[in-house]
Amino acid sequence: MRRKAVGLRAVSLLVMLFLYGPILVLILYSFNAAHLSMAWRGTTLKWYAALIHDEALLAATANSLVIAVVSTIGATGLGGLLAFGMEGMSRSRQQLLEGSLVLPLVIPEVMMGVALMLFFVVIKLPLGLTTVILGHIVFNLPLVTIMIWTRLRKLDPALPEAAADLGADAWHTFRYVTFPLLRPAIWGAILVAFTVSLDDFLVTFFTAGPGATTLPLKVYSMIKSGVTPEINALSALLVLVSMGCVALSLQLQRREV
Amino acid sequence: MLAHRTASVTVTLRNSCRACWLAVPGLVWMALFFLVPLGLVFAVSFASRGTYGGIVWEFTTANYVDLLHPLYGKILSHSLWYAMLTTACCFVLGFPLAYMIARSPARWQPVLLLLVMLPFWTNFLVRTYAWMILLRHDGLINHVLVSLGLVATPLELLYTPTAVVIGLVYGYLPFMVLPLYVAVERLDPLLVEAAYDLYASRWAVFTRVVVPLTMPGIVGGCVLVFIPSIGSFITPDLLGGARSMMIGNLIQHEYLVARDWPLGSAVSFVLMAVVMAAVVLYYRQGDRSAGPVERR
Repeated sequence: MRRKAVGLRAVSLLVMLFLYGPILVLILYSFNAAHLSMAWRGTTLKWYAALIHDEALLAATANSLVIAVVSTIGATGLGGLLAFGMEGMSRSRQQLLEGSLVLPLVIPEVMMGVALMLFFVVIKLPLGLTTVILGHIVFNLPLVTIMIWTRLRKLDPALPEAAADLGADAWHTFRYVTFPLLRPAIWGAILVAFTVSLDDFLVTFFTAGPGATTLPLKVYSMIKSGVTPEINALSALLVLVSMGCVALSLQLQRREV
Repeated sequence: MLAHRTASVTVTLRNSCRACWLAVPGLVWMALFFLVPLGLVFAVSFASRGTYGGIVWEFTTANYVDLLHPLYGKILSHSLWYAMLTTACCFVLGFPLAYMIARSPARWQPVLLLLVMLPFWTNFLVRTYAWMILLRHDGLINHVLVSLGLVATPLELLYTPTAVVIGLVYGYLPFMVLPLYVAVERLDPLLVEAAYDLYASRWAVFTRVVVPLTMPGIVGGCVLVFIPSIGSFITPDLLGGARSMMIGNLIQHEYLVARDWPLGSAVSFVLMAVVMAAVVLYYRQGDRSAGPVERR
């Protein structure tokens, strides 16, 4: 192993560079004063300033936030209940549910997008914010359920039993023992669902009507319609927001009980 | 005593069944907005297309027969090829990294894993766009190459199959590293030492000791990279040209541009069959703990 170490380290370093290089270049060039050129023409914040005055962009941000908040609440409510419901089931039924809940996560997103679009068109529900929210709950619900269920399963069964022995009924055991123990997992799930919803492109792409442009849809159309330095600034901001959300989520989940 | 026991069993049973009901709203939601739409896609894949788009409910297998057309066959086969190439590249890049992480001091391991995962959590569009800045005709890579005098005229890098594979590798590399890390971490370093002591060459140690013992992680990582690669849409859409269209782009094209929903649905089910085959392979391998979701 000693003889391998140097080569391994060099390759690993290069792979890390491959992972972070493009993102760093993107952030760096969001401060470049040059319009569309790779040559460095001095540092500027004007692309960031331009973002604040872009009305369409602000409207898209508002849509994204509304969708993320509502779908996160919906998915956390339904998914949390589903996880608690699973706890009372037999092991075989639990395994069946665990397996089925993975399906929405492995199925290609483009397929989930067209399936939802087809469904909404057939039931004649007009495409718009509502359909996007319904769709986002579909991919966030299994995510939330799995995250909460994983923690629930690891809880020491002696704790609720002890509460019951001390005379607590089912509700009080839940309220004062199980729920506080699950709180980090629930917050973690909320942040992950929020981030995934905020970042989603494909399901939104197929289920949003003309009036429901979200931030990723706006970024996509900006990229497609021609490169302006404003996208660099917007992208850099999005990188920071999602990384911040994830860092916070990991921090919460790591907190051991 | 016995009566007391029976009573408590009944109470637990009744409690557990009461708790079961909590699962109902979530399950109904998934049935209504996931299973029903999928079933609908399946049904539509056997329907006919109306003259002006839309769906005519007449049973036909023509959509699947149409897929045998060389044009579609080509898209399907090079999608498979890109996905397999991506998987191979991820393995070549991911294995040394996973090995290094698993053999570094224990307190550094979570930090290094987090560093691998962090780019994955940034917006996929943004990450793909970053490669457009690098690969463009007047992008950073060409800028540097021309400035250094390595090439006379800028290279055509963007809108090529190479760009698509680079983008896919970039997007899904973390999925390879995590299961490999789990597998390597379980591999006893003494076995590798023993192989060296027996005068095995480096290659022999790798192919005859390390690879067989980390096989669950290798299969897991490959499947986890292959699945999103084969179903990708954004990467080939932004980085690829008209000739590097993949299955995902074909589905989008049939649905939104050609408005041939039955054909688009048939393509979707071919894609789903490929993905399901990969999932079955993953579960056959049996090592559930090598999954990406949870590894404290």
